[in-house]
Amino acid sequence: MSTGTTKLDVVVSDVVPVNELVTRFHFRRRDGELLPTFSGGAHVVVEMRDGDRTRLNPYSLMGSPLDTREYTISVRRDDVGRGGSLFMHRSVNPGLEMVVSYPVNLFSLDLRAKKHLMLAGGIGITPFMAQTAQLAGSGGNFELHYTCRTASLGTYADVLQERYGRRVRLYHDDRDERIELDRLLSSQPLGTHLYVCGPTGMINWVRERAAALGWPAETVHYEHFAAPQPGLPFDVTLAVSGKTIRVGEQQSLLEAMEAAGVDPPYLCRGGVCGQCETNVVSYDGKFIHNDHWLSEEDHRSGCKIMPCVSRFEGKSLVLER
Amino acid sequence: MGITFRKETFRDDFTFNNSPEHIRRFPFPFHEDSYMYAVNIEPHVVGPKGSVLENLIDVDEHYVAEMQDRALVLAEDPLRCQSLPHMTLAGWDLLELLMEQQALGYPEHFTLTRDGDRWRWINRPLGIDDTFTFGDTSTLPYGPMEYITRQSQGDFCILDQRDGNLWMDAGMVTTQADWSLDFDIGMNFFEWHAPVPLAHEKGIFVRALKFLTNIQQGKPARRLNWTMTINPRLDTSPENYHKWGPDRATVTPENLGDKVHLRVELQSFWRLPRSNGIVFPIRCYLIKMGELVTQPKWARRLHRVIRDLPEELATYKGLTRYRPTLVEWLSKLDDGSATSPGFGPD
Ligand code: FES
Repeated sequence: MSTGTTKLDVVVSDVVPVNELVTRFHFRRRDGELLPTFSGGAHVVVEMRDGDRTRLNPYSLMGSPLDTREYTISVRRDDVGRGGSLFMHRSVNPGLEMVVSYPVNLFSLDLRAKKHLMLAGGIGITPFMAQTAQLAGSGGNFELHYTCRTASLGTYADVLQERYGRRVRLYHDDRDERIELDRLLSSQPLGTHLYVCGPTGMINWVRERAAALGWPAETVHYEHFAAPQPGLPFDVTLAVSGKTIRVGEQQSLLEAMEAAGVDPPYLCRGGVCGQCETNVVSYDGKFIHNDHWLSEEDHRSGCKIMPCVSRFEGKSLVLER
Repeated sequence: MGITFRKETFRDDFTFNNSPEHIRRFPFPFHEDSYMYAVNIEPHVVGPKGSVLENLIDVDEHYVAEMQDRALVLAEDPLRCQSLPHMTLAGWDLLELLMEQQALGYPEHFTLTRDGDRWRWINRPLGIDDTFTFGDTSTLPYGPMEYITRQSQGDFCILDQRDGNLWMDAGMVTTQADWSLDFDIGMNFFEWHAPVPLAHEKGIFVRALKFLTNIQQGKPARRLNWTMTINPRLDTSPENYHKWGPDRATVTPENLGDKVHLRVELQSFWRLPRSNGIVFPIRCYLIKMGELVTQPKWARRLHRVIRDLPEELATYKGLTRYRPTLVEWLSKLDDGSATSPGFGPD
C-alpha cells in the first residue's frame, strides 16, 4: 500500500470489551517510541491480515491527542459486514503485531468556533472522545448530545459524563428519548459550529434541519465513513495496467485492485476523501455507489466510481487504472 | 564540527557572501537549459549529504545574520508577523516541528529536552536557553509561532484547512519576494494566488489545492521557485518597494557580478498534527552572479535560461529592465558546449 499514508509498526497492548457489541483496542509502537501526535477527529487505517487476505479499515482515534504513548480505537461488531470487525473481535489479542497508518483527519474541529455543538449516534461517539479531550485540555466550549439504543449500549457514556458532567446529554432509544433538534439548533450562540457523526439517517436528518434553520454549510461538519458493503462478486478490466480481476463477495473493489498489485491512492477507505476516484472507460450493467464524495450527477453519468466503497453488477466494467 | 556563522548584512552596506562550500550547495533550480512554469511538487525527503536537503529544515552559515535582519524588519513593521486567534495551536505545532528538526539536524547548535510538557530549548548561535510549558503561551516571551520563527530561517505561512480550502491565517513573513502577509492574511488559496500569470488557468490551482489539502502527516512535500533580486536584500516586500524597486535601474556590466542575485525559494508543505493545519516554510537562498559563475555549468545554463525566457515570465519576475545586460554578461561565459543533466555543479 505504497500509495496510502506512512505506516506505523505497532503491537496490540490491550483489548478491552466495552459492552456486548463494542471492544476497545490499544496500540503501542513496537520500538517503544511515542506515536505521532494527532488532532481530535483523526482516524487511522488498520491493516488486518486474515490468512491470505488483507483488509484495511479506518477507525477514529479515541484517546486524548495529548497522550501519544498509545492509540486507542473502538470497534463495533458487525455480524453481517465483510468480516473486518469480526476479525478484530475474534483474532486480535494483546501482543499481536499490526500495522496502522499515520493519522489522517477528515473531521477536524473548526478552531474559530466560539462553541462546538456535537451530536453523536451509537459508535459515532468515537471521534468525539478525542475532540472533547482536546477541547477540554485547552478550555474550549463544547456540548455533546449522544443518542444510543439502550443504556448498556451507550459506549463510554459513563466516562463522558464523569469527565464533563452537564456538558454531556444522553438520549436512549428504548426510553423514547429524542434530541429536540430544532430547539437545540435554534438556541445556539452566534459562532457555534455543529458536528455530527452517527448512522447515515441521523447525519442526513441533522444536516437537513440545520440547512432549513439557516446554518451556513461551513459551520456544519459531519463524519460519514461508509463501511464497504459485501455484495455479489463481479469482474473488472483495468485498462491501464492491462489486468482483469474478480472482486469477491467480501472484498471491496479497492482491495481487489491492491491484491492484483494495482495501487490507487486512498486516504479514508470510506468514500469521503475523494482520493481513490477512478474514471470508468465503459460499462454494461449497474453501479452500486456507496460513497459520499461524487455528486448525484456523477453517479448518474456512469463516468466515475469510488472503488473503496462502491460495487457493480452486470456484464462488464472497464476502469482507467 | 558545526557551522561557522557569518557576520554580514542584507541591507545598507550589503556584506552578504557565500563561502565556497555554500556556493557548491546552492539549490540551483534549473535541471535543463530552459525553464517553463510548472507545478513541480515532489516528496520532501532527505537528500544528499552536503546539499541543502541534507536536513528537512536547513540551517546554514547565514542563520545568525538572517535572524538579526528579521528582528530589524519586525522592529520597523510588527505586522510582518500575524496570527489570527484560532491559530495558536498551529503555532505550537510549528514550534515543535522546528525545534525537533533543528535539534535533530544540528545537535551541536540546538538542544531540545522534554519532560512531559516542561520543555527546555537551547539555541547556542543566538544565546538562548529557555524553559517553558508546552501549550502555555504565558511561559514564552512571544506567541509560539513568533518565538520559534524568530529563530528559524525562512518565511512561514500557516494555513487553516476548512471547507475544502486553505486559509492564510498566520505567518511570519520578512524575507518575501514581493508579496505581503498583511494583505493576504485571512484569504483563501484562490484569493491569494489571484495574480500569477501563465498559470492562470484555474485547473492548475484546483489540482494544486487538492494536492495540498491531502498532504499527510509524516509526508511533507516541496517545490522550488526562483526569481532575481538586485543586492542581497532579503526583505523585498511591497511595503518597501520604494527601497528596492529603484535598485533595478542601477545594474551595469561592471557591478552586475556583485549586485545581481539569483534568489531561490525552497517551499515545503507540512501537515501539522494537533491543529490539522498546513505550514509552508519558504526558505530563501541568495547567490550573486559572481559566485554562481564560479561553477561553469551553471554559468552556461543560466545564460541559456535567461536568454530564452518567455517575455511574460521575465516581466512577471521583474527582470525586464536589466535582462539584456545580464544576458550579454553571461554570454561571455557560455562557450556553447553541452551541460550535464541535473541541477548540481560539475
Ligand atoms: S479512499 Fe477516500 S474516497 Fe475512496
